[in-house]
Amino acid sequence: MAGIVSYGAYIPYYRMPRSVINVAWGRGGGRGERAVAGYDEDSISMSVSAGIDCLKGTDPKTVDAVYMATTTPPYLERQNSNIVATALDFRRDVRNTDFGNSLRAGVNALQAAVEAVAAGSLNKVLVTVADMRLGAPAGEHEQSFGDGAAAFLVGNEGVAVEIEGSYTYSDDLSDYWRRDGDTFISQWEDRFGRDEGYNKIPVEVVKGVLGKLNLTPKDITKACIFGANARAQAGIARAMGFTPEQVQDPLLDSVGNTGTALALMLLVAALEDATPGERSLLVSWGNGCDAVVLKATGEIEKIKDRRAIKRHLAVKGTLDNYGKYMQWRGLVPTPSRGGMRVSMSAEWRERQLGLPLYGVKCLNCGTVQLYMSGSSMRAHICLECQAKDNFEPYRFADKTGKTVSFSHDFLGGGINPPMTRAVIDFEGGGRGLFDMVDRDPEECKVGLPVEMTFRKVPLGVGSSSYFWKCKPVRE
Amino acid sequence: MAGSIRDRVAVAGMGCTRFGERWDAGAHDLIVEAAYEALEDAGIEITDIQAAWMGTATMSTGMSLSEPLRLQYIPVTRIENACATASDAFRNACYAVAAGIYDIVLAVGADKYKDGGLSGLTDGSMPGPGHAMTAGATGPPPAQFAMLATTYFDHYGLSFEEGKHMIGRVSWKSHLNGQRHKKAHFQREVSMDAILNAPMIAWPLGLYDCCGVSDGAAAAVITTPEIAKRLRKGKEPPMFVKALQIAMAPNDGNFNTKFDYMHVEATVRAGERAYEEAGITNPREQISMAEVHDCFSITEAVTMEDLKFSERGKVLRDIEDGFFDLDGGLPVQPDGGLKCFGHPIGASGIRMLYEMYNQLQGRADRMLNPGQPSRQIKDPKLGLTHNLGGGPAGCAIFVGIVGLEGA
Repeated sequence: MAGIVSYGAYIPYYRMPRSVINVAWGRGGGRGERAVAGYDEDSISMSVSAGIDCLKGTDPKTVDAVYMATTTPPYLERQNSNIVATALDFRRDVRNTDFGNSLRAGVNALQAAVEAVAAGSLNKVLVTVADMRLGAPAGEHEQSFGDGAAAFLVGNEGVAVEIEGSYTYSDDLSDYWRRDGDTFISQWEDRFGRDEGYNKIPVEVVKGVLGKLNLTPKDITKACIFGANARAQAGIARAMGFTPEQVQDPLLDSVGNTGTALALMLLVAALEDATPGERSLLVSWGNGCDAVVLKATGEIEKIKDRRAIKRHLAVKGTLDNYGKYMQWRGLVPTPSRGGMRVSMSAEWRERQLGLPLYGVKCLNCGTVQLYMSGSSMRAHICLECQAKDNFEPYRFADKTGKTVSFSHDFLGGGINPPMTRAVIDFEGGGRGLFDMVDRDPEECKVGLPVEMTFRKVPLGVGSSSYFWKCKPVRE
Repeated sequence: MAGSIRDRVAVAGMGCTRFGERWDAGAHDLIVEAAYEALEDAGIEITDIQAAWMGTATMSTGMSLSEPLRLQYIPVTRIENACATASDAFRNACYAVAAGIYDIVLAVGADKYKDGGLSGLTDGSMPGPGHAMTAGATGPPPAQFAMLATTYFDHYGLSFEEGKHMIGRVSWKSHLNGQRHKKAHFQREVSMDAILNAPMIAWPLGLYDCCGVSDGAAAAVITTPEIAKRLRKGKEPPMFVKALQIAMAPNDGNFNTKFDYMHVEATVRAGERAYEEAGITNPREQISMAEVHDCFSITEAVTMEDLKFSERGKVLRDIEDGFFDLDGGLPVQPDGGLKCFGHPIGASGIRMLYEMYNQLQGRADRMLNPGQPSRQIKDPKLGLTHNLGGGPAGCAIFVGIVGLEGA
């Protein structure tokens, strides 16, 4: 029986009050806040973060594929899901696939994963879905959009959420689009998309799936309905026959419209509260609509320790500066000191070390250690006993640590000064020097517990790479 | 060790340019100025030089020296060892004389940073990572050294104010010394108030905890004791080399949990070997003066402990008591140090020796700024110089000891 084995989510630490955007443009007001991916985050890094949350307790080597969905892939040619799989330490013989180009890509990826497992082609598939769409400056979408991610592990053992059935309606009704080369989302007159599309099609699709399964709206505990606008979402939920209590809060005042990730983030939020036997309804929207009915099993109780939506919502820092937002998104020119080139060949050569953050354990003296020089991450001589090439791989990305020392660099602070540098001693041994992010400088002290987080390393010349940083542990 | 350099070579002449933002001079101008001051001081011609060692972090090959000096086909070796560059050029030059291969050689250190168009050390001037994954492996120097302070304050229970005052006092002293020196980059006294309230650069290091980036060159004529004494007959005495030690760290401080981030082990090792080579048993008493690597104020503070000038964990008392002031028990940075004399990476080591040389010869005041009290240390016998190339977690350390004949 194929279904969801685990879930996870990610919401970036920074939240920008909408009033901050309005002040920047000489306007008043602004309701709630939106999540803003850090300067060093993108759809790949957020997918990894959601994946880490989802894979808690799962051996990454047992996963057979990453299905990564996003409409904002960092690379147009280079498999984004491969980078996610490598960072998460999956095997090489995995069947990674990128899904995109529609806000329904996330639900499509989930359905494809369930079908691949149901067909027996794959045993475990990690589905990640992340978006960080850009609305034009001063426009409505700059405010309403938000950044975030969700992840699901689909498998055939220990299923926590069964997929009871689905109904899909495809339609090229394009209320939103973005062509190759466009920076911002385009939108047709909103009345068209609303009156001919969003207000009509999902209602019919939900009717379709409920009819197919002989269910009524009363059988659904939580309806997780994509909604770009709270009022419109409430309207179609009512038309579908749901009471307000049955509708999962669309997160628009706290996170924003996370595009292809939104409906699935709502599903994660619903599953956090789900008890065995409860049904959820997932409704996507974008060039058509999918509706999926899901039912929690007894296994759901075993995966309540995910950070998911609630814990991520609670951990936040305020981005009260619109100029920084513009800089982080590359919408204003930033003075550059040139920067280093990414070496594709070096990164590839050490792909088993850098992206999944591996060091070594000495088989002679047992010392675990990282090796991170300017030119290589490959250790040859043990720093403790000087034994040569007598190691086994040892992963650091999944270890927590304690801060040995730190400094806040105001001068060389890059795009978000001060840059906090920290020396970390890992639980279980080993030490490393990393950037510390998502921290309040005031909270930094010797001994501060930290965990690892996968981030983009912008290097100026035509490409980006990824590496690990640390951040305070906040449970 | 199989042998010792002690008293086997001597310095017969030295030169040093004014350090600073030398918008008026290019690298070759600086090299010629320093080299010819050294030649004239030794009373020799350029054609007397049999071989040369060139220390520079930014310029390639020995032609960085042979071209500006138009050296005629003599051997020139270019050396780069980060901030220990000039000292290592000097060290190799000394060994060649001690080996009996050459009689008179020249060691020069020079770097020109201020044509780079950027504040700080410009890209490409230092070996940089070419590897995306480890691009952040070390990061800019201020934060690396700031972490020494974070850990030191935490471990010894210093409040932020106590720790800040301790390292601020280091820079206050260097500014006082630099003010007196005509060739120093920063010739200005700075109040403790200004130091303590300056903008943060890399917490807890503020502006005055950091040395500047300078242009400059320095040079030394190295020869046998016999030739040195002959060349300097009727003039101030030559400077004798007592110890030359390099210790290269395995660069594992950021990966090895045993590193305490409160000291620099390579300094301890190089210092111990230098004391043994020079026959020194009580450095705090026997060393008359020192020029150490104060890229940041905290670096100087922990170096005092690593070189055994202060007891481990007790440097605060010595700093606050003025033990390292110009009129203290062991003057450190009599010329202002990297902090105020300046820091053109490849020149600093020989600049430090230049200060030892002038102090040992009793002619420190020929570079005195008008109206300033004397900067001459009373009867120095032995001076120590120290460079740290790299960061606290991994570095190239040089410790040298020089002195008068018989000291």
